[in-house]
Amino acid sequence: MNMAADGLSVEKVHVWRGDRHVLRGVSLSLGPRQLLHVSGPNGTGKTTLLRVVCGLLRPEQGQVSWRGHSISSARSEYQATLAYASHEPALKGDLTALENLRFAVGLKRRVTADELRSALQRTGVAACADLPARVLSAGQRRRVAMARVLAMSASLWLLDEPFTNLDAAGSDVMSSLLQSHVAGGGSALVVAHHELTVECDMRRMELA
Amino acid sequence: MWTWFYKLASPPYVYAAAAALAPWFLGLAAITVGYGLVDGLVYAPPDYQQGDAFRIIYVHAPSAWLSLFAYTSMALAGAIALVWRIKMGHAVAAASAPIGASFTVLALVTGSLWGRPMWGTYWAWDPRLTSELILLFLYVGVMSLRSAFEDPSRGDRAAALLGIVGLVNVPIIHYSVTWWNSLHQGATVAKLGKPPMPGSMLWPLLSMLLGFMLFYGAVLCMRLRGEVLNRERQAKWVREAIKS
Amino acid sequence: MRVGAFEAFGLVVRRELCLSFRRPDQLLQPLVFFLIVTTLFPLGLSLQLSLLRDMAPGVLWVAALLSSLLSLDSLFKSDADDGTLEQLALCGQGLTVIVVAKTFAHWLVTGAALVLVSPVVGTALGIPGAAFATMLLSLGLGTLTLSWLGAIGAGLTVGLKRGNVLLSLIVLPLAMPLLIFGAGATDRAISGTSAVGALYFLAALCVFTCTLAPFAATVALRITLE
Repeated sequence: MNMAADGLSVEKVHVWRGDRHVLRGVSLSLGPRQLLHVSGPNGTGKTTLLRVVCGLLRPEQGQVSWRGHSISSARSEYQATLAYASHEPALKGDLTALENLRFAVGLKRRVTADELRSALQRTGVAACADLPARVLSAGQRRRVAMARVLAMSASLWLLDEPFTNLDAAGSDVMSSLLQSHVAGGGSALVVAHHELTVECDMRRMELA
Repeated sequence: MWTWFYKLASPPYVYAAAAALAPWFLGLAAITVGYGLVDGLVYAPPDYQQGDAFRIIYVHAPSAWLSLFAYTSMALAGAIALVWRIKMGHAVAAASAPIGASFTVLALVTGSLWGRPMWGTYWAWDPRLTSELILLFLYVGVMSLRSAFEDPSRGDRAAALLGIVGLVNVPIIHYSVTWWNSLHQGATVAKLGKPPMPGSMLWPLLSMLLGFMLFYGAVLCMRLRGEVLNRERQAKWVREAIKS
Repeated sequence: MRVGAFEAFGLVVRRELCLSFRRPDQLLQPLVFFLIVTTLFPLGLSLQLSLLRDMAPGVLWVAALLSSLLSLDSLFKSDADDGTLEQLALCGQGLTVIVVAKTFAHWLVTGAALVLVSPVVGTALGIPGAAFATMLLSLGLGTLTLSWLGAIGAGLTVGLKRGNVLLSLIVLPLAMPLLIFGAGATDRAISGTSAVGALYFLAALCVFTCTLAPFAATVALRITLE
């Protein structure tokens, strides 16, 4: 049993990309009601780390475990409990914002249109619900992607640069969502360049 | 129990073992191929139907056999590498593919040279040669896929998977081509390599077969050394090996 | 609260169909390509209808293979480009369910659609109406099998910038048995002999491929998703 038996634990993870040694023995732990802010210059493997943590990328060495179990032993069950937002908003331009959410969230849990609309409401894009995603602005798409994370009601949030393209109001919304997620017992791993202003048990990790 | 296996598959060990084995393979190949060539081309009696033209079988049949053998070893090495994450398996697969493809080309060229006096044309869509051609396409696919990836480890794994899929398909392809041929041509066309063969013709053929396999082993060892060096160029032991 | 595999399958199929019907032009392109290729052969050969009838099964099948292959490139590509493939991979359902659903939906909008227009093409090529049943059945089995082979190829090439030529290069050799038995079955039906043997082989290939290919395609996709 490792230290964070009730949360996420990453132990001495190594990843090579060709000749590049991208992650050199990264370790971290993240429990409930905690936020971990990962920062660092470009090319230090922040996105790679997130992909390792969510189980998309298998590290050459090292181990990732969630609630005491290695994530490769029960990958689907683990992935059902997490919500990942990549630096692309991952929306289909031909589908409306609501349909995008319905197909993405609907695979994780049974969800009604009202729940999805209220998630869009909380991120401030309720008016865009029935517009095709291709007509939305970059900031609106980011907010829709955030609504997707919210609607998944996952315990672990993995967010890659969630503040990109957001205006000041959007950043505030984002920060308060993070705050209430963590306050409600969730964990969040956030990759971001700049300082986070979230009032919670926040630690910071610098990748170099 | 697995530790010896992983030690066996460690790059410096593979590099040294390949270096030690290559001269033996090469020497034995020279002896068996030498005997096979002299006995097959000079002393074996001419075929009563095909005359001296049949002698090309001493090159054709072993190359055709080796083309399949090399594909199978490539696919199996890739499968081992994919399942147990043994990187040297990918090196063996990558070293094996071009050799196998060369044997395939050799089998195609000798087959169509043989076809010229037999069928009056270089290419008569003989089922074995057609299967051989498709096998060449499979080789080309695997090799192009491996080199298409910027990240070599992904290219390795993609090529390994395609090799396995191809291996499963080889018998299906061969069977379907034979079926297609029987549908369109009937059995009048002379087939390459009729089974009943007198010993005076057979012994040199078997010797050539063994010689070709040894030759494949020798070239595989040499190419494997190159592959290992290239893959491990960042490792400390490679820098030391190059310096000394 | 978790969603079952069948429900997830249905949801992904609906998503794919929804996306396809929002872009009707892309839905029609493979079919038009099929018609164009079959038009090329009579123009390039001669107008002797008897000769054309002899060539018809081969022409029909080559055109069907090429046009299905043309659309296979997009099976995972557009989802990989906009990041939705990662979301699908992380939905907690196991990637195989997603791969099966996407491939099946792809077959519905390309393979099955191609089977539906094949009587028109068959008539133009002089295939008698008596052979239509065999032609439709063989094309249905063949395109479904091809979709599965193509899913492996599409999974392997999805991360590559210019993967579409490579996709054809690796899938076409694997598809040759389909061409042989499919065109063979149609040929026999035209000449009035029994096509049952060839159809059995096609059906066996289809079952075999549908059983194993989903796992191969999942592994392929995982390799390139990394």
